[in-house]
Amino acid sequence: MSAPANPEGDVPVLRIRELTVALPPGADRAHAVEDIDLDVHAGEILCVVGESGSGKSVTAQAVMGLLPRGQLRPVGGEILLQGEDLLAAPRARLRGLRGSRMAMIFQEPMTALNPVMSIGRQIAEALTAHIRLTPRARRARVLSLMESVRLAAPEHLYKAYPHQISGGQRQRVMIAMALALEPVLLIADEPTTALDVTTQARILALIREIQAARDTGVLFITHDFGVVAEIADRVAVMQSGRIVETGDAHQILSQPEHPYTRMLIGAVPSLAPAPRDTDDGAPVVLSTEGLSKTYSGHGLLRRQREVVAAKGVSIQVRRGQTLGIVGESGSGKSTVARCVMRLTDPTGGDISLGGSDFGRLGARALWAARKRVQIVFQDPYRSLNPRRTIGRSMTEGPINYGMARAEARARALELLALVGIERGAIDRYPHQFSGGQRQRICIARALALEPELLVADEPVSALDVSVQAQVLRLLDDVRRRYHLGMLFITHDLRVAAQVCDTVAVMLAGEIVEHGPVAEVFERPSHDYTRRLLAAAPGRAWNFGASGVRE
Amino acid sequence: MNSDLLLIGRNTAVMIGGGLLLAMAAAALFAPWLFAGDPTALDPVARLRAPAAAQWFGTDMYGRDLYGRTVYGSRISLLVGLTVAAVSVAVGLSIGLVAGYVRWVDAVVMRVMDGIMAIPGILLAIAMIALAGSSLVTVVVAIAIPEVPRVVRLVRGVVLGIREEPYVEAAISVGTRLPHILIRHVLPNTVAPLIVQATYVCASAMILEAILSFLGAGVPPEIPSWGNIMAEGRTYFQIAPWIIFFPGLALALTVLGVNLLGDGLRDSLDPRITKRM
Repeated sequence: MSAPANPEGDVPVLRIRELTVALPPGADRAHAVEDIDLDVHAGEILCVVGESGSGKSVTAQAVMGLLPRGQLRPVGGEILLQGEDLLAAPRARLRGLRGSRMAMIFQEPMTALNPVMSIGRQIAEALTAHIRLTPRARRARVLSLMESVRLAAPEHLYKAYPHQISGGQRQRVMIAMALALEPVLLIADEPTTALDVTTQARILALIREIQAARDTGVLFITHDFGVVAEIADRVAVMQSGRIVETGDAHQILSQPEHPYTRMLIGAVPSLAPAPRDTDDGAPVVLSTEGLSKTYSGHGLLRRQREVVAAKGVSIQVRRGQTLGIVGESGSGKSTVARCVMRLTDPTGGDISLGGSDFGRLGARALWAARKRVQIVFQDPYRSLNPRRTIGRSMTEGPINYGMARAEARARALELLALVGIERGAIDRYPHQFSGGQRQRICIARALALEPELLVADEPVSALDVSVQAQVLRLLDDVRRRYHLGMLFITHDLRVAAQVCDTVAVMLAGEIVEHGPVAEVFERPSHDYTRRLLAAAPGRAWNFGASGVRE
Repeated sequence: MNSDLLLIGRNTAVMIGGGLLLAMAAAALFAPWLFAGDPTALDPVARLRAPAAAQWFGTDMYGRDLYGRTVYGSRISLLVGLTVAAVSVAVGLSIGLVAGYVRWVDAVVMRVMDGIMAIPGILLAIAMIALAGSSLVTVVVAIAIPEVPRVVRLVRGVVLGIREEPYVEAAISVGTRLPHILIRHVLPNTVAPLIVQATYVCASAMILEAILSFLGAGVPPEIPSWGNIMAEGRTYFQIAPWIIFFPGLALALTVLGVNLLGDGLRDSLDPRITKRM
């Protein structure tokens, strides 16, 4: 990345000095952010990187004057926007500055847009809040803004509503609104986290292009070092409310100094597939043949509507091996997982589990067979019943299949130790654990039934990168220990490269490419696979030299 | 659970509503002590007396003591309110749980519920009482039936949301059978909204009972209920307004108490609202 253009000499667009924001009493620490110093110059992108709870979003909210009132309170320091102290500014002044001189884009463009207002009117509103324009001039400005964020057919989209356009288009609309008045500072809070990888690549390119053309200073908040590598000029790394390291992006990525930065960068899985010793003679535990699922809305008074979620999916998982299904949202990968679990019934094709016709088992036989295949879900916060202790959640399965209560509890204790949770925690409730711990508990619960196949549906997508590495290691460990077959659903190519033996790439319900992970990643044969790999953020950097499998 | 109780205790609406309801319940329970005489005893000499020291609420056209009748009337109102709430919640909960979980039942049951909701509750009640004759049981059943679909809809909505939760799917995966899924994982989530709904059902049942009695289609006229007292006082309204005023006031206060309790409980039990406080 080039050195930041800095036409105004040493005066940054945004200067934060010794900012401290207090948390309400009773929180896990006294300050959300403590004593932080940051500069954003015109024409540069400063990435603030950190894990959840590091205070990066609070910093952004403090700048915008959007801290939740009564909960978070700036208690020290100053925030200067072109020399004007924002912490001292009255609310009316802040309102005037927001939109005109500083603007923000958010993570979730669907919730940030008003669902009952057309796209064009929402962008126009961003304009009219600050300047007067004739309707004709306003419309022209909106259309030119839409063009500048590369929204195709702006005339047509002007009248569209947020639900009628894609996630990437919505984020473009958000960017158009933010840029409506040519602010000097743009704050982007995880703007691509909710987007698919190919869309993310295009949005990142757009932000870069617009920022360079308009000489905007960008404060870019992210948890993803891949994104940092793509977009940052400079980087500030935050940990528990403090900035632990600041510097040029290239330097931080290649020679991180602080141990925390080194740990974070080291935890990013490498895109280069890890060497695997696969045993092609291992027995097949799961195979599907032409598996299909069509969702059809039916009812007495409703129109028939069919959605093909999966079509002709044929996969095979051997014991002790991991098959990854990668694809973007809506590609049908989770549908395959749910069919394999019989959480939803396939509409076509066969599912064979250890030789039995699992896809067609009747209720009684299905119940008996369920223990052979277990699942770990994406969201650790919703995977455990909040009203039951983790011990009761973990023993539920074995007790269902006739194990004595005491024995099931003893087994749960053993498994807790295996997944690295202290035994005394068995009588606690899920909310007393962190996300990573909950995911470990979910893995332990799945193992309690001694399954042959473990389905992991995006098991690490909701976790911080350092925790992600630990959970991936744990999954790999239990796979080997119990000789489990694993079906691993992920959208993250880096994760897939590290944990899978074979990989199947899904697009619009169908598998477009299938093979050993090294082959697919190094010599992709399908155009879509090539596009996916090309879009992986930070592919130019060799992250995770220390990798998942240390 | 302790923190739930604490929050409920801190809510003023719950305190006031609960206090009113408790006072009415005490009146119903201790009626023989609060009024020593017989609420049905006639005294033709003391007809249509205005409220005074001897008869606090005055007397009606047969000389019966209105204070005594109003105190005893609270028994009917509370009995009807609470039983209707209990019956409609119990029936609605069972139907709602199954309808929310079993797809094909859902299609059939919900259309039936739509059908019941399309009939005005008061007409349904009058029709039932006309068929089965007037008794306390008939009144309770007649009032409960139109309330059931509301409870069913509420429970079904909660169930439809919960059944998609990963922890429910995880429970299915570890071989938990449907009855246990419903009892262990789904039912606890319906408790809070149901308590709130039950208070509304209770309030509207008390009003409906009074309306039915007022129309002469409620509990038999020899039993003093607030609705019956008001119905009898209707013709004397211009010369003896107290006959209607006191039972009306009692009814209004009780319904207000129940509604305040319901609003307060909703605020305390709804985690989304609690978080904002």
